[in-house]
Amino acid sequence: MSTTPATAVPRVVYRRPELLTERSTHYCPGCGHGVVHRLVAEVLGELGLGPRTIAVAPVGCAVFAYDYLALDFVEAPHGRAPAVATGIRRVRPDAFVLTYQGDGDLAAIGTAEIVHAAARGERITAVFVNNGIYGMTGGQMAPTTLLGQRTTSSPAGREAASAGYPLHITEMLALLPGVAYAARGSLVDPAWIGRTKAFLKRACEAQLEGTGFAIVEVLASCPVGWAMTPRDSLAFLRERMMAEFPPGLLIDRGRSAVSDRPED
Amino acid sequence: MERSVVFAGFGGQGLLFAGQVLAHAAVIDELEVLWIPSYGPEMRGGTASCTVIVGDEPIGSPVVDRVDVAVAMNPPSVAKFGRQVAPGGLLIANSSLVEEAYGRDDVEELQVPCTALAREAGDDRLVSLIALGALIARRPIVRPAAVRAAIRKVVAARQPDALRADLAAFAVGLRAGREPVRGRAAAPAPDAAR
Amino acid sequence: MTKRRRVLMKGNEAIAEAAIRASCDAYFGYPITPQAELFEWMARRMPEEGRVFVQAESELGAINMALGAAATGARVLVSSSGPGISLMGEAMSYLAGSELPVVVVDVMRGGPGLGSIGPSQSDYLLATKGHGHGDYRVPVLAPSSIAEAMELVATAFELAERYRTPVFILADGILGQAMEPVEQRYRDPPRSEAPWAVGGAAGRPPRVVRSLHLEPEALEAHNERLQAKYREIAGGEVRWAGERLDDADLAIVAYGTAARVARTAVARARAEGLRPGLFRPITLWPFPERELAEVASRVRGVLVVELSAGQMLEDVRLAVEGRLPVAFHGRTGGMVPTPDGVIDALRRLEARVRPAWTLPLVEAAALDRRPDPDTFSLFGDDAWRPLETTPRGER
Repeated sequence: MSTTPATAVPRVVYRRPELLTERSTHYCPGCGHGVVHRLVAEVLGELGLGPRTIAVAPVGCAVFAYDYLALDFVEAPHGRAPAVATGIRRVRPDAFVLTYQGDGDLAAIGTAEIVHAAARGERITAVFVNNGIYGMTGGQMAPTTLLGQRTTSSPAGREAASAGYPLHITEMLALLPGVAYAARGSLVDPAWIGRTKAFLKRACEAQLEGTGFAIVEVLASCPVGWAMTPRDSLAFLRERMMAEFPPGLLIDRGRSAVSDRPED
Repeated sequence: MERSVVFAGFGGQGLLFAGQVLAHAAVIDELEVLWIPSYGPEMRGGTASCTVIVGDEPIGSPVVDRVDVAVAMNPPSVAKFGRQVAPGGLLIANSSLVEEAYGRDDVEELQVPCTALAREAGDDRLVSLIALGALIARRPIVRPAAVRAAIRKVVAARQPDALRADLAAFAVGLRAGREPVRGRAAAPAPDAAR
Repeated sequence: MTKRRRVLMKGNEAIAEAAIRASCDAYFGYPITPQAELFEWMARRMPEEGRVFVQAESELGAINMALGAAATGARVLVSSSGPGISLMGEAMSYLAGSELPVVVVDVMRGGPGLGSIGPSQSDYLLATKGHGHGDYRVPVLAPSSIAEAMELVATAFELAERYRTPVFILADGILGQAMEPVEQRYRDPPRSEAPWAVGGAAGRPPRVVRSLHLEPEALEAHNERLQAKYREIAGGEVRWAGERLDDADLAIVAYGTAARVARTAVARARAEGLRPGLFRPITLWPFPERELAEVASRVRGVLVVELSAGQMLEDVRLAVEGRLPVAFHGRTGGMVPTPDGVIDALRRLEARVRPAWTLPLVEAAALDRRPDPDTFSLFGDDAWRPLETTPRGER
């Protein structure tokens, strides 16, 4: 090997994953969906799952996920992705089945579907993006909106007396024996993005191992819906969202039942 | 020609079962048949019932205005279905539980102590098969042999132990039906052998 | 007499078994009366055949599982009754928009709301006129016997796959609960190619099954394609049966269980000197409107009989186009019209049309007739009333 100056060697620092299409996304500046799409594409690519994946797109900001991920997709009615995925799963035992849902889709209108898919232990990997707001429809209160948080449908801030409390649905699901894996990641900084990718990978492996339902909640910012700059939204994500919804592993029944939450 | 039979009584008297036996017997006899459990207002008031319509042509209406035979195994059933029997029809009442004749001049009333006979045959729940025997004796809608074959078919599949008692109950009913009518007799007993 | 191999089957179970013999890959359901036996039959038989059965968390879950399975090209059946069918309205719209073949059996019960578990035909409008949001149509098949229901299950899968559309089978509580002898002749229609189905994008570009077309031009083009498909179905898939119409001067229009009541009424009425025939739609959408119009041109009056307050009545009136009186006889809530009730209605119709027909139109219109409450007539009262008020005897 010849000794060439290191500066002359091109070092790849960014490459578009094969499963990510070349289309520009419609997502707003600072939105987390683009990052989650990339993580999904990376993980599926690394596990070689692209050609056998059937993904289910939700109703919400990620409805166009099928434009950005080079996968077979079925679009589900609002909230019904886990039921649609169940139908796919049962008739296609060798497919890899992935759902992608937001917080309104998964934790409000689709509560019954997610709980029962998890309770049945469907071999499905669910990606759950939680940004605490209905982004697609213009920033209304979501089931995961924080107390006091202003939205277009809670203009004075969410009040527990009339609107109840933020829903910790991933913790609820982690209680179910059908759930093989549950974790919560965050897009707040590169370190957490790396951990989130590891969670996603493990959630995919759980499906491959056939141990049950797997879900990864990803805390993401929505600067436009939150009416903040992207920088301020990251501060809100770290200080408020991550305080209400602590990230980390919730359950991994495939490996051990011990919850070892990584340090922030 | 269609002939309709309603079986009515308490739940647990085996009425739906007796109706099914009749329906199976009709299939064995190469007839058309429709069996239907009670619907609408008939579902109320302490009675369970089913209707069986037997005919040579595919059965038309699944609901009947007037029945040719009513098998009434308890007092509410007599009250409810006695008036639905068509003129010239047959009303079989379980005289173990129904004390008085219904009192229509234009139908044949047959009173059979079905509960007592069933008890003698060994099982209270055989009341409806006793009634079915009496019915076939008076109105040979299907052949008795077809009923026996139907009982074997239906019962042997579910409860082979009960087969002998069920066949015996049907035989007891057939004999009871061939005895002279104790009610206000009308039509003569047709030939049961067919 | 030639020996026929017939077995006694309950309608719900016969429909279920017909689907299994038609190579149905998956069934998704939720318990509801009066279709529970269909659901239970599938629970037992589908695993026996190595096929898919899932008891869903709701009818929303069931129909969306069906959507997912159908998107992979599987042959899928769901079944329910009124309240559950209402919940399925959402996904029916998505199935139509995504052009997915799913067969939906509705064993109709009395409504509205929780209503009753008694037989009814009160979902006619739901099935034929919409159900979910958006511009779409769904073929609707209406069997009137258990044997016909079995045959129509195979037909429903055929239509669903040929046209890439959900298909309704509209039965009622009587058809579901009754037992009749049937010959075990099952049909397993060949599968249509499904070059649109998802299954993993190995060696080909990814496929997307969706109903979203956000660009107005794109959605309009999609709608125009759907409408062209519906026109093709309307042109080629009309099914109906006529009985004793050749010499009839009155026509009863009825489907399903009501048609059987009407058949008995026709036979009895003819014995009593009337001359009715029976026009029985088998496809409720597409409705046999041209065929009915042709029949209507040969009779003096039409009587619609339904287990409803008058739903198919609207399609009959559209087909007849006001050319002759259309009367209605119906019962609701789990009550069933009886042959004698139908004959009474026929007599009133007969009385209404007989003298009027012998008079010139202008004179007839001038006659101040007392309106029959259950008769919509060209002559005089235009205010038809949906619910018949036939005397109900001693009830």
